[in-house]
Amino acid sequence: MTRPHLSISAVLLALAVSVVPAGAEQLVTSLSNYRVSIASNFAGADLVLFGTVDRDAATVARRGGYDIVVTVIGPRQTVVTWRKERVLAIWVNAESRTFVDAPTYLAVLASRPVETIASPELQRRLQIGLNNILLPQDIAGDVADVVRDDPFRMAFVRLRGEQGLYLERTNAVTFLTPTLFRTAIPLPADAPIGSYEVDVKLFADGVMIARERSAFELYKVGFEQLVANAARYHGFVYGLGTAGLALLVGWLASVVFRRD
Amino acid sequence: MTPVQIYLPIAELPVNVLLIFVMGLAVGFISGMFGIGGGFLMTPLLIFVGIAPAVAVASVTSHIAASSFTGAITYWRRRALDPALALMLLVGGILGTSAGVWLFSLLRAIGQLDLTIGLSYLVLLGTVGSLMVAESVRAIIRARQGKPAEIRRGGSHTWIHGLPFKLRFKQSKIYVSTIPVWGIGFFIGFIGAVMGIGGGFLLVPMLIYLLRVPTSIVIGTSMMLTLVTMALATIMHAATNHLVDVVLALILMVGGVTGAQFGARAGQKIRSEQLRLLLGLLVLAVGLRFAFGLVVRPDELFTLRSVEGVT
Repeated sequence: MTRPHLSISAVLLALAVSVVPAGAEQLVTSLSNYRVSIASNFAGADLVLFGTVDRDAATVARRGGYDIVVTVIGPRQTVVTWRKERVLAIWVNAESRTFVDAPTYLAVLASRPVETIASPELQRRLQIGLNNILLPQDIAGDVADVVRDDPFRMAFVRLRGEQGLYLERTNAVTFLTPTLFRTAIPLPADAPIGSYEVDVKLFADGVMIARERSAFELYKVGFEQLVANAARYHGFVYGLGTAGLALLVGWLASVVFRRD
Repeated sequence: MTPVQIYLPIAELPVNVLLIFVMGLAVGFISGMFGIGGGFLMTPLLIFVGIAPAVAVASVTSHIAASSFTGAITYWRRRALDPALALMLLVGGILGTSAGVWLFSLLRAIGQLDLTIGLSYLVLLGTVGSLMVAESVRAIIRARQGKPAEIRRGGSHTWIHGLPFKLRFKQSKIYVSTIPVWGIGFFIGFIGAVMGIGGGFLLVPMLIYLLRVPTSIVIGTSMMLTLVTMALATIMHAATNHLVDVVLALILMVGGVTGAQFGARAGQKIRSEQLRLLLGLLVLAVGLRFAFGLVVRPDELFTLRSVEGVT
């Protein structure tokens, strides 16, 4: 539980020493939960993010109002995308692309359609939206991202979307007052465990004026944690235990159902 | 009734406990009825529910171990198994399992595991299923016409009986070379590891037709072999791949062993050739399902596979 304290003290420190030039907006955000636990009844969860845009007397008026883009990136993993082709009447995995350290979870939550918040050039530079996130592929030893309409890249993003792991929602951030906003980060039931980065960007009049980064942890608790740890770190003993359990269940059944 | 969701710690997804339990029960019923492990039904069913194939294969091994242990105990009480023969089969079985696990990892790395599993299921289940259906239909027709059932040709010898290193298996009343015994054990262990099945439905006819083991001894012996190979496979999978989900396995086991009891009772009420016809049709149906999956253009041409860990 050190993370929230750290981020709050960081914000306080930043305020105290006035690192930020006077008159600029400050972004202060908070998550409803910094450690999300997965128990045996975990069926997905919504994590609520609150934030406020701090202004002082010197801050200029923003006629267009504020816009927020929240990007949540889950633990990274290298994934191979295969494409099937017809070979002699049967469908075979023929071609593949390797996506190096791609996020297992990626959510882009914005207060308005991204196109209306920032120019295409800025979207690309700040990696805003599923189309602009860097997804480097391993091409014969070279690691580079490819064009946005690459069929493998599009298939990768689409499949992750179908699993509920990649999503882009343009009206997901709601302003409760002109400066206070909230959004919900949807975590599906099979969201991978690990550390999730939360990157909140504040826009006004087409430029980014503030940015806040934090993180939360998704982890298993209780029995699940025990089992997962045992399987990972004590595989042989765990295997013996499982095999022993199988024999026990088998033996019990033969006793319970014995007829002679 | 509201569905009871439980989170599987290794498969890393929530499942409906009742659904998994009923699946275990149904497969257990079939396995008890026919005296087989039921892996060739359980593994595809779990994959269909959304469990990663590798986790499904690894966890089903312990389920088969449990159900074959129950069966083996029953046959042991009746002295209807041959421990010596099971031991010799096991020598080949352990080697075959190791070779199968090696090929499994290799195929996974080059992305052709699903295709290999699909083709193997198609060829194996298609062939075995067709043979069983044809044989049992002939037997049923013969019974209808009032002719006596075909008697096992006890004296007939094939080339198998000419092989050296002969051993006498007292319980089975056979005198046979160890080469085909090891070979069969190796084959069953090998395909068991690659396809995620116990192999009972293959082992039983092979022992009957190739080694001429008496029918009364065959199922118990087969279960004894399956028990040991599957228990070993569970330990190997857990120690190397960390993919055995004990929660999933426990639900399957409890459902499986319960279903098997009712299946065994139901099986005794049906005539043996009709039982073989049913099993043949079932095997054929699973094989055709795989043929369908291979030939029909898939809705989704792309698949994702994580390089490390499970997804």
